[in-house]
Parts: sequence; structure tokens; C-alpha cells
Amino acid sequence: MNLIKLIIDGREVEAPAGSTILEAADNAGIDIPRLCHDPELTNMGACRLCVVEVEGNALLPASCVTPVTEGMVVQTESAAVIEARKMILDLMIADHPMDCLTCDKMGDCKLSEYAHRYGVKDTSFDGERHNYPLDESNPFILRDLNKCILCGACVRACEEMTGADNLSYLYRGYDRKATTAGDVDYIDSDCVFCGQCVAVCPTGALMEKPLVGLARRYEVERVRTTCPFCGTGCNFDLAVKDEKVVGVLSNPDSPVNGRSLCVKGRFGWDYIYSEERLKTPLIKKNGKFEPASWEEAYDLIASKLGAIKDKHGSEAFASLSSARCTNEENYLMQKFTRAVMGTNNVDHCART
Amino acid sequence: MTNPISDITNEAELMLLIGSNPTEAHPVIGYKMRQAARNGAKLVVCDPRHIDLVDEADHWIRQNHGTDIPLINGLMHIILKEGLEDKKFVEERTENFEELKAIVENYPPEKVSEMTGVPVDDLYAVARLYATTDKAMIFYTLGITEHICGTRNVMSLANLAMLTGHLGRPGTGVCPIRGQNNVQGACDMGALPNVYSGYQAVTSDEARAKHEDAWGRPLPGNLGLKIPEMFDAAVEGKLKAMYILGENPVLSDPNANHIKAGLENLEFLVVQELFLTETAVFADVILPGSSFAEKDGTFTNTERRVQRVREAIKPLAGKADWKIICDISGLMGYPMDYDSPKEIWDEMASLSPSLAGINYARIDEKGLQWPCPTLDHPGTPFLHAGKFTRGLGLFQPSDHIPPGEMPDEDYPYLLCTGRILQHYNVTTMYSPGIMEVWNKEIAEVNPVDAEKIGLQTGSRIKVTSRRGEVETEIQVTDRVLPGVIWMSFHYPDTPTNDITSHHLDPITGTGEYKVAAVKISKL
Ligand code: SF4
Ligand code: SF4
Repeated sequence: MNLIKLIIDGREVEAPAGSTILEAADNAGIDIPRLCHDPELTNMGACRLCVVEVEGNALLPASCVTPVTEGMVVQTESAAVIEARKMILDLMIADHPMDCLTCDKMGDCKLSEYAHRYGVKDTSFDGERHNYPLDESNPFILRDLNKCILCGACVRACEEMTGADNLSYLYRGYDRKATTAGDVDYIDSDCVFCGQCVAVCPTGALMEKPLVGLARRYEVERVRTTCPFCGTGCNFDLAVKDEKVVGVLSNPDSPVNGRSLCVKGRFGWDYIYSEERLKTPLIKKNGKFEPASWEEAYDLIASKLGAIKDKHGSEAFASLSSARCTNEENYLMQKFTRAVMGTNNVDHCART
Repeated sequence: MTNPISDITNEAELMLLIGSNPTEAHPVIGYKMRQAARNGAKLVVCDPRHIDLVDEADHWIRQNHGTDIPLINGLMHIILKEGLEDKKFVEERTENFEELKAIVENYPPEKVSEMTGVPVDDLYAVARLYATTDKAMIFYTLGITEHICGTRNVMSLANLAMLTGHLGRPGTGVCPIRGQNNVQGACDMGALPNVYSGYQAVTSDEARAKHEDAWGRPLPGNLGLKIPEMFDAAVEGKLKAMYILGENPVLSDPNANHIKAGLENLEFLVVQELFLTETAVFADVILPGSSFAEKDGTFTNTERRVQRVREAIKPLAGKADWKIICDISGLMGYPMDYDSPKEIWDEMASLSPSLAGINYARIDEKGLQWPCPTLDHPGTPFLHAGKFTRGLGLFQPSDHIPPGEMPDEDYPYLLCTGRILQHYNVTTMYSPGIMEVWNKEIAEVNPVDAEKIGLQTGSRIKVTSRRGEVETEIQVTDRVLPGVIWMSFHYPDTPTNDITSHHLDPITGTGEYKVAAVKISKL
């Protein structure tokens, strides 16, 4: 690999030929702010927050789209750069609701992170503000276009990760919008509710609706686990607050899927709190199920299974294990069937 | 799968999809296929139904339902006639080539075209493309296996891959995509009537002796019953008791009425479940189970990757599923003393050579793909490199085997079933979010038939087979061929498996869910 040497913030840095300044800085542990850049998506150079100063270049180039060259000297936090970033943020919040106090994305919002970093408290522009209605059309994704900064991450995620091609930029100038084809609510669009757009949105414009009002990101414990639905084996984090699962969040370290999920994995988890979950053992008495204690249920099972084995032999018993249970549970089920009941009558619905 | 999922986007130059609808049944894999196709990989979709990936495909082979073997034989016929087979691979790594040649000789393009409904030109194009592409992967799922000839369908695909040397390298292989999250693991763990964990045969004296030693109990050496045999035995009164863990055969197995008759006939039934399912209502005792969020342990995905499942909340009904089995076992005089699922895994691994190198510490971050025989083994992303498990790859050719039941005068329509994106076999029906949007069956009917019967999108119909009847709403769409009705099997209000075929693949016992004869009447 051809390595290029350059200087970033006075440090000598090496980067493979063809990398961008932003990538070179990332590798060197130098944090350049960015809103529209996402390592899993194509580069757009839209937000310009990642501008840097390059010696010999009168303009401030966007580091996410500028390739490194030999001997390049880069400043990532010069006075001119800071000035430019403040201006960009100032313009952005000129048309952004400042309801951070109640915004569910607070604490995990890139815009607020950078506004804080550069001390942009309020806008110096006094102009028209959008007042788009919320899209609450579906149980999964809450869309507040007033908080959209037009970084286009959702548009690219929809096209490049899922290939649903459901989102694009519509209209021009002040009316420009990142929205569904025909500018309809999500539920009326061709959306497949994979939620990739939500996973990449840097602000509160797109949010997991089940989480709204329940917990902010810094309040939840994240427990990485494996999806219980299909055989792809996607990983994600369960967001847990006060001993309760409140949502599913993408985990970029997932070996199979990265941040991609489908509607089942991302939004189907709420069956765990279904009203219809069984809460206690049940024993059928005179054709009706009645709640029972664990001991009662256990005793009945042990004595019945024991008696049937004694009377009719091992082959009178069979078990069905489960393609939805863990490996460990399956192992125990076949061990129980073979070692305790004495038969190989164990199978599962291999309907794959 | 013989190859890893990452091969889709990193390696494959051609993806041949047959009887599989990944963007709905395995969405993230489907999304990766779409990415690969858009980045230049070729895509061939063989499916009678217009699935989403058809829109990304270079070729769409719309074979008639139940004609996969003639189709595949026809492709091999062309490959052999044109000398496009991988002679070196066939020579060095396979046997029984002569029989294959003799059988596919009888499948010339014109005849195959007649049997399958696929134009001759398309057969040539796809045969040449597959044979001449260096890295070509085959993917299949239930559209291949859920037929009376399911095993023969799979063998035919293996024949095609071996004939062209598309095995044992990155970006090649024959990849069944497993539908349920841990169907791979349930098999690996020996939840099967013929093997212990790691596919050690119960009929092998050596394997049995090892397990008797480890478990301290004498073990049976005869094969156990497969699911359909279990329910036959229950109906006959030979099987008296069952313990069903987290499965709902009444909803998900074919010919539900037979299953119900079997369950009814049992003397004693234990069901361990999250919900009062269609199966659980037959139980004498129900034990409340745990959801994945309440579980500690591992799942194994379709590429054989063992990954952790981590307990996010305590079991809502108070007891972990593994603990329940241990408790009952203890009461029956066989204590199972494990502190945690980790100890169960370690015991299993110590008994299973192909999994011996996997432990919780090693899989913490990225999982591991078995076979993984030792602690320093890196895992096995793709199978059959250099050698097949049995040594030489055996060609097992087959002639056409028509479905067990085809439309006739009394039952003129062909019913095909499958999965939709938003639902999974069972649990999603209890997701308030998902049910708010997708809460009823919407069968697919071709416009030609809709006009004949007088149906519009939104009409309700009764679908009747020789085994039962169900009611459903319909959608008029040319996604399905004329003469075909397509339904999912997710909704208790439309229990599609009440009417599916009673025919089985005699080798695996898998039901022929993909073809049944039905009649349709307007409601
Ligand atoms: S949820 Fe998925 S399909 Fe829908 S708009 Fe977002 S990325 Fe596109
Ligand atoms: S998130 Fe979707 S694709 Fe991924 S494992 Fe779950 S069900 Fe399958």
C-alpha cells in the first residue's frame, strides 16, 4: 500500500494514498466534526462542517471529500476554521427548534454536540422558520422534519444500505426537504420500516418512536444481543432502563449486519411485554386452565412423565425442542429426552 | 450455508437465487444482495412469484411451481452439451458423474421449456452465465425444500455446483438460508432424532458410549421419531406424552388437523411457551417461558456463526427456560446442576469435536463459525475447501418428481405459501407495533383469475382444500402466475396450514407447503 505523509495540526501523519483528510485524521485520533459524513455511506460533502485549512489553499476544503497529498499541511482547528464552523452551525440553528430540553435525542444529537463545542448558543439570523407537521403515521418511526439539517444521511442509508430508494431530496432552496417519494407520510410511502434512516440520523429528525418519552440515550444501559427472528443473526443493543427494555438500537460492531436491521429486529421486540404473556404455570383442571405454583406444576409433570415411562416404556414419550430457543436450552432438551426419558424421540420444527 | 454472508458483498460475481425471497424472509441478507447486484454482481432469480429482487435481476426464470428438478437438469444438460463443466473439479473431487450425465441427457432445452414454462433462450443464457462465472453462489430456502422432492431439489443444486466447480472457494457454494433464528443451532445441538450435538449419530456405538459415560445413563441406540411420525404415533395411541418447548406445530406444521388430533389423543402434554398458543391450549400443564431479552446463551446463525444472547432483563415469569428443564430433571431423579448457560455450553463443547474450540470468551465480540475443533482454531467461514466431508462429492441426480397434489377439476387452483417481511413464524403476532400495521392475511390472486371469479383487491374469499377451509382478504396482483393463489401462514384468523398439503418429503419429513390444490369462492 502506498503511504502518503502529511502534517495535521503539527503532527506528522501517514495515510494510504486515496484516503481523505478526514480519514487520515480519524486514523490519527484527531477529531474533525462532521454531520453528513458516515463511514458506511458515500461521501456527500454537504454540511461543510468538516472544513479544514490547507496550506497554500485559499479556500477551506471539506475534509471528507479532499484526498491527502504528499507533504500537505492541514489545520483542523485554526481561527478561520472555527469561524467557518460557527457560521455553519449558526445558520443551521436559525431554522432548528431549540426545544432541546424536551427533545428525546438530547445527549445523542450531533448538532447539539457541535453547537456546545463551538459555543453557538443562539442564532444571529432572524428569518423564517419551518413549521412542518410531525409524521406520527406509524408505530415505528417518528419524523420531525423541523429538526432535519438536510445532511442526506437518511437518503443515502435508504438507498445504499437497504436499497428501498424511498427517500430523496425534493423541492429547492428554502423548501428543500429530505422526504419520501411524493412527500407523503412514511406509512403511505414504500417504506419497509427497516429504520436504517433512523440509525444514521444525527439529530432528532428521525427517532425510534417506541423510545420517545421513555428514555434519553445516556440513561439507558445497552445490552448487545442477537436477533430472535430470522437466521441472519443480526446483532443489536437492547436499550434497558429501570429493568425494562425500552428499545432496540443499532450497534456498529455487529459482525453480520453492522447497523442494518429489518422491521422485525428493530421494531418487533415489543412482543416481550405483550399483555398475553403467560405469567404463571397453568394446570388444566376439568378442561380449564388454572394458575398453579411452580412446585405444583413441577410435581405433576415429574410424576406423570415418570408414570407413563414406567407403564408404557420410553418410546411412549417424545419432545419437541425449538429453533427459537438457545443452543444451551436445545442441548438440555435432547439430554433430558435421551438421558432421563431414555428415548431419541426429540425433534424441532426445522421448517427453516 | 457453505459460505459466509459477507461473501455476498465482498466476493460473489453471480448470485443464483432459487425458491428464496430474502428481502422478506431474511431481510438484511436480501439488502446485501441488492447492494451487490447494484455494485455489479450478476443476479439470477428463479421464482414463479415476482419477488422484490426480480427488479434487480439480470435474468428472471419464472419456472412453473414444482418444476425445479427439470429446470436444474436442463441447465446441466446445456452445460454438458457445450462443454462448460469444470472437468478438473469433476475428475478430482466427485464421483458418479456417469449417472448424472445419463439422467440429464433426457432434459434437452425444448422439453425443459415445455415442463417449466421457461423460454429456451433463457435456459441457455443462465446455464452459460452460471457455468462461465468464476465466483457464483447459489442461494435457496423453503421454495426448494418444502416440496415432496425437497431433498432431491437440494441434491440437484449440489450437482449443478459440483459440475461447474462452484464449491470450496470464497464467493461460491450452495447456501441454504436458515429461516428461524436458531434452527441451525437446534440441529447442531442434537435436537434431532438421529444425532447428538455436533451431528454424532445415535446409532454409532462410539458416540453412544461417550455420551453414556458423560451423562451416566444408558442410552437408546435406535433412531427416534421425526415430527410427522410423532403425531402419527400420537394419533395411533402409541405415543402417550409430549413435552413441547417453544414450538407451535398447530400453526406452523402442515396439515394442522392431523396435528390437533394427535395432541388431543395424548395422555399428557407439557408445553413451555410465552403465550397461550394454538398448541398450548391442548396442554395439561403450561410452563411460562422467557423471551430472548430474558435469556442468556447463544444462537447460531445461518452461516454457522455462534453468537451470544445476553440477558437484558430477568425472566418475567420468574424462571429461565434452561433452569426449568434442570428442575424437572432433578425431580425425576437426574440432577442437572449448572450454574449458568456457560457451563451447559462447555459440557456440550467437550462432547462435540466440531464445536470444541468455541467458548463464551472467544465469541464475545464477533462470534465464531464452526467447525472449530480447537481453542486456537480460527473457525471456518467456508466449507468443503479441498475436500468434502465424505471425501469425494457424490452426484445424486434425479428425474422430475411432480408435487403430491396438483390442481384438478375439483380443486383448480394451486396454493403456494410463504413468509412476509413483517412477520415471523409466531412471536410477531404479539407485537403491538407490528400488529397495528400488519394484522390480517392478504392473499395474492392474479388479475386473470380475479376477473373470472369476480374479485377485487379487498374482496374476501373462502379457500378450500381436501383438508379444510380458511377465509381471507385478497389483493389482485400479477406477482403470482394465473391459476395460483399465494398466502402467508402468520395469522390465527387465517390458519393457512389447515389447508396445506399432507404430502411430505419422505427423506426429511418436511411438509410440501409450497403446492396444494384448492378451490376459491367469493364471500
Ligand atoms: S425505514 Fe428504511 S425503507 Fe423506510 S425510509 Fe427509512 S431507510 Fe428507507
Ligand atoms: S433484524 Fe431482521 S434480518 Fe436481522 S436477524 Fe432480525 S429478522 Fe433477520
